[in-house]
Amino acid sequence: MMETQAGTSYFEARSAPVAVGSTIPALARGDRRMPRIARVLTALASLTLLGLFVVPLWRVQLVAPQYPEGLGMRIGISDVRGVTVNDLNNINGLNHYIGMKRITPSAIPELRYMPWIVGGLVLLGLGVAVLARRGLLIAWVTTFLAAGIAGLLDFWRWEYNYGHDIDFAHAIIKIPGMNYEPPLIGVKQLLNFTAVSWPDIGAWLALAAFGLGALALVVTVRANGTRPSASRAA
Amino acid sequence: MKAASIRRFSLGMYVAAILAALAYACAPSGKSNSSGGLLAGDAATRTYVPPGSYDEYYAFLSGGFSGQVTVYGLPSGRLFKQIPVFSQFPQTGYGYDEDSKAMLNTTFGFVPWDDSHHTEMSLTNGVPDGRWLFINGNNTPRIARIDLKKFETEEILQIPNAAGGHASPFATPDTKYVVSATRFSVPIPQNDVPIDSYKQNFKGTITFVTADKPGKMDVAFQIMMPGYDYDLGHAGKGPSDGWFFFTTYNSEEANTKLEVNASQADKDYIAAINYKRAEQCIAQGKGKKFGGSYVHNYVDPATRIATSETKTGVTMLYPADCDGLVYYLPTPKSPHGVDIDPTGEYIVAGGKLATVIPVHSYTRMVKAIADKQFEKTIDGIPVLRYDAVVAGEVKNPGLGPLHTEFDGKGNAYTSMFISSEVVKWKLGTWQVLDRIPVYYSVGHIMIPGGDSKQPWGKYLVALDKITKDRYLPTGPEGSRSAQLIDISGDKMKMLLDFPTMGEPHYAQAVPASLLQPGSVKFEKLTDNKNPNVTTSEATGGITRKGKRVDVKMIAIRSHFAPDNLEGIELGDTVYFHVTNIEQDWNIAHGFAVFGANTSGVTLPPGETRTVRWVPQATGIYPFYCTDFCSALHQEMQGYVRVSAPGLHVPLSANVSKIAQTQKGTLPSSSGERK
Repeated sequence: MMETQAGTSYFEARSAPVAVGSTIPALARGDRRMPRIARVLTALASLTLLGLFVVPLWRVQLVAPQYPEGLGMRIGISDVRGVTVNDLNNINGLNHYIGMKRITPSAIPELRYMPWIVGGLVLLGLGVAVLARRGLLIAWVTTFLAAGIAGLLDFWRWEYNYGHDIDFAHAIIKIPGMNYEPPLIGVKQLLNFTAVSWPDIGAWLALAAFGLGALALVVTVRANGTRPSASRAA
Repeated sequence: MKAASIRRFSLGMYVAAILAALAYACAPSGKSNSSGGLLAGDAATRTYVPPGSYDEYYAFLSGGFSGQVTVYGLPSGRLFKQIPVFSQFPQTGYGYDEDSKAMLNTTFGFVPWDDSHHTEMSLTNGVPDGRWLFINGNNTPRIARIDLKKFETEEILQIPNAAGGHASPFATPDTKYVVSATRFSVPIPQNDVPIDSYKQNFKGTITFVTADKPGKMDVAFQIMMPGYDYDLGHAGKGPSDGWFFFTTYNSEEANTKLEVNASQADKDYIAAINYKRAEQCIAQGKGKKFGGSYVHNYVDPATRIATSETKTGVTMLYPADCDGLVYYLPTPKSPHGVDIDPTGEYIVAGGKLATVIPVHSYTRMVKAIADKQFEKTIDGIPVLRYDAVVAGEVKNPGLGPLHTEFDGKGNAYTSMFISSEVVKWKLGTWQVLDRIPVYYSVGHIMIPGGDSKQPWGKYLVALDKITKDRYLPTGPEGSRSAQLIDISGDKMKMLLDFPTMGEPHYAQAVPASLLQPGSVKFEKLTDNKNPNVTTSEATGGITRKGKRVDVKMIAIRSHFAPDNLEGIELGDTVYFHVTNIEQDWNIAHGFAVFGANTSGVTLPPGETRTVRWVPQATGIYPFYCTDFCSALHQEMQGYVRVSAPGLHVPLSANVSKIAQTQKGTLPSSSGERK
């Protein structure tokens, strides 16, 4: 089904006399078409997201007097890894002093389903590029935005929980009122450690992908908007 | 005096007083300024390495009668590490713990000390390459190989059929061989003979050891030599590659009061050995099977446990059976050092009683051999005519020349023991260019790479035998000393004094960039193949086999697990196998148990050490971490209960809370509890 549709629309798109900034005649159903440039941008956005399977999204770096070289975590869509091979273990080792839970990637369900969400966004984005419908594009960009915001909120929630869920009964070092929540973005002093949290390449890729998607939307809206009659037809 | 002139006079006095005061303020005041403040300030900036910054060179100094090697930074003279080699080292447990004590085995049993002499860096194409450092033990002849990724001794080979391994462990340009030559001639094979039968019965040997395969050092062959004292050596390079040169003294073959009796002859010899020819003769079957036992100790790279193997028999070459193998170059006068310049052409001898520094020419030596310019033959060894081999003599260099190093710019530097100075002279013209006093009685000198094909000719380190008044006094026995001298300009400049451990014989130094990147930060736990390793808290425990009790334990900040042990009985021998499961640079723990008749051990991250303990009385024995590892280091301790055998206390080791959580998640290791 998808194939037939895709084939048809692709053919039609190719045979239509298009130029940058020009519009495509609406289909019989009345939905508005995306200009070719918007379709290319959407496809690019989707493909850019594929990078998230390779590079991490976020980086938390911990520097202390005893750790001039720093300990770091790189958080990707499917794993949490040390910047060097033993960093995560060493962070967990240190965390036992203050009663923090061990950071165990296998215990974080998001790391299992995030790849599906990102993969879904990629496929849907490609689908939108193929089907070239403005409505689908709006839906895709909105979903992308929602997923991004949800992801950040979820990340913040994990950080909050790790930082606040302290086993004070058994903690070796107890500091009343202290929490160990690392910052979402920025710098924070956690006892002897300076925690620096910053988007890694993956986050910048996601931002770039979203930018491309948003640009596609702007181009599409502007292209459709130049023809009020088409606008009314919707 | 008129009022006006009185005023002028007063004004004049006033001005004069101010000028005098200014002049006084600007004049040199006190000792520090008068003794060249500007120069001292320059030296301070030249050797100052700011806190947190790195030195330019690693320097490896022999520890002499300490038996060890010390690692210093240059130009700061800061001590980084003492590497235990031939002597037990309670600081780390080397030679005490079950893992390393086999390193000190010999055919004489466990020999926990030696007199370490010459450091020698491994070479590639005649240039130091930073793979290994070799050092010899002189007293019970041995050669050790130190790995320069971990800065640890990994291998020690005993030298058979020898006494006093002094001319050692100098390397060939490709490190195929390192050598050892008898300082003290003795009957070979050993024999109970009258000492004054020296001339009939005493012999020397020169040993070539295969050195380029880690863990596989072995005696390649030995050469039976006349019974002289073989003192120092160096390999040829470039055109003279394939030759090895050794100094001899006591060619008089005296066996008593050598200081007089071995100083009679006008000339002794440099033995020039064509080791490529030796290989040919052996291939032609001219080597003889010869007895002699020796022990080879090496650390297994996977288990990090040292093992010993005893070997018997060597291939012995006799110069009379292999023509062209050895020639003697007459050299005045009881020569000590023999040093080959970077081009490989000049062979410089340090005739310690000579009034000149004789320099032989390799080219002339080869021609003299071709022309058969022989004075005589000793035991099948042709003695070349001095006039036919000498290239030149450095006249009036000073008193007591010992060792020569090179800067790669055509200059040579010779240490003068008696006149206590370093003398710089020009190769080819033999002219003395400069001299600088050193404090006091310098033995070896070292320029980084200064005995190789490519010296880094910026600094020279003088290694002095006596310090006297150089430092604050510390009783009758002061330290020995090293002095850093700037040789980058025409004039040598003294930059720095620093005390050394033991007696620094030779030293080696290389740019930091050669070693720094490869320095190991920690042993990976997954690479630790020690049979008694414990990789997680869940897998430690206690087992009994007759009277032997094995405890497997982990150390991590800030606890041992298990840390309460019961069921040990008086009469048991307990082996604590402690693994530091940290995987973090420089995070070491230590382990010691109350009353143990051995040293504590240092546990580098990722490694296992075994401590043997025989309890002497019933009761409770604490053990603890001896290296302040963390904020809760003081809490890092545990208890062992030792019971009377009749009590039948069950064998038990407590399991930590963390261990309980680990049990289901971690793969079981070889250390499963029984």
